[in-house]
Amino acid sequence: MYPPKFDYYRASSTTEAIALAKEHDGKFLAGGHSLLPVMKLRLADPGTLVDIGRLSNMKGISTNGDTINIGALTTHTMVTVSDDVPSALSEAAGMIGDPQVRNRGTVGGNIAHADPASDLPTVLLALKASIHLEGSNGSRTISADDFFIDLFATALQEDEIITSVSVSSEGKKSGSAYAKLFNPASRYAMVGAAAQLSVENGVCLAASVAVGGLTPKATRASSVEAALIGKKLDDEMLATAAAAIANDLGNDVMGDMHASADYRRQMAPIFVRRALEKAASRAR
Amino acid sequence: MKISVTVNGKLVEREVEPRTLLVHFLRDHLDLTGTNIGCDTSQCGACTVHLDGMAVKSCVVLAVQADSAEITTIEGLASNGKLHPMQQAFWDNHGLQCGYCTPGMIMAATKLVENNPNITEEEIRHGLEGNLCRCTGYKNIVRSVIAAAAVGGGD
Repeated sequence: MYPPKFDYYRASSTTEAIALAKEHDGKFLAGGHSLLPVMKLRLADPGTLVDIGRLSNMKGISTNGDTINIGALTTHTMVTVSDDVPSALSEAAGMIGDPQVRNRGTVGGNIAHADPASDLPTVLLALKASIHLEGSNGSRTISADDFFIDLFATALQEDEIITSVSVSSEGKKSGSAYAKLFNPASRYAMVGAAAQLSVENGVCLAASVAVGGLTPKATRASSVEAALIGKKLDDEMLATAAAAIANDLGNDVMGDMHASADYRRQMAPIFVRRALEKAASRAR
Repeated sequence: MKISVTVNGKLVEREVEPRTLLVHFLRDHLDLTGTNIGCDTSQCGACTVHLDGMAVKSCVVLAVQADSAEITTIEGLASNGKLHPMQQAFWDNHGLQCGYCTPGMIMAATKLVENNPNITEEEIRHGLEGNLCRCTGYKNIVRSVIAAAAVGGGD
């Protein structure tokens, strides 16, 4: 199954990639593990692809003080084996697809695609990540909260490229985790839950929680967060807080042939609770 | 577009259309038909090859993305007429029935064992999540990989 025809340009710098995309109305090609499948299915037919896969300055994980910078071309395999990134991120990256997919799929490509069943948007929301963009009008940084707009829709402009994603390193007494109900065939999330907790003497000082696979875009679980802060984190408390996810989902839960909206809604608190339990145990 | 790729140790140069998938390049341009196309939707893993030392699904890589890379296919595993230890282990342990998934299984498994020589059964089962077999129930495939790992059957 060939993709539709396209013109192909290989960029040798970020600046050149942006210029090529602008000139030819092109789409960026990184690992191709989101874009090529939708092209093969004729769901996308970009006339031009600008291959950024060889821009090595955009690949790899570096730390600068408390900030961890993940280049957009960093593969999921590289994130999985990183000791520097918060546990929720390496854990989620290791649950994407399968080893072969993780060897090619990139962080930037994954979030640019913004699949509602994808894992990284959920985790990046919970980790309050910053997303760094570059375009013909210069560079800007945007929060994960503002980046994901809707189903397969992001704040990226046509000629803008994601250069990297940054998160804060996991501080002392802080822990994060990701829990996921897999679609058994595609390995995408039918429910994905990410949590980051700061805990002192058993009491939750800060919480950020997000869920994916449920609504058209990954969602911050502010009701769950509010239920946690200032509370002593025993098992009962975590279960009660997780149940508050119902308030964050509203009427937007999507179903398909693999799992109905009702089923996903019932699974949501279970996977939120699992993420909270794991994050809490890591925060101690 | 002209690409040059080292496939199974041999440098080849070919003119390809940009939309040519690596699996079609291998099968149709180079006549290396050991690499199979199964689902063609990057799920089944029948098309797994090694690209610059990593297992990848060649139905979701463009040939132009592999320009200047080193590729190993199932045809490149045996040397001097002797099967690779992973191939031998699949033979010895009846790790295949119809054989369609086998090239992909073997290409994925060699990397699993190479990256983790003391791999456990659970790690093998997880590591082969991207390779589907519709005949064996995986039992003998896993047995084959365990046997290959015991004799250093990484790449």
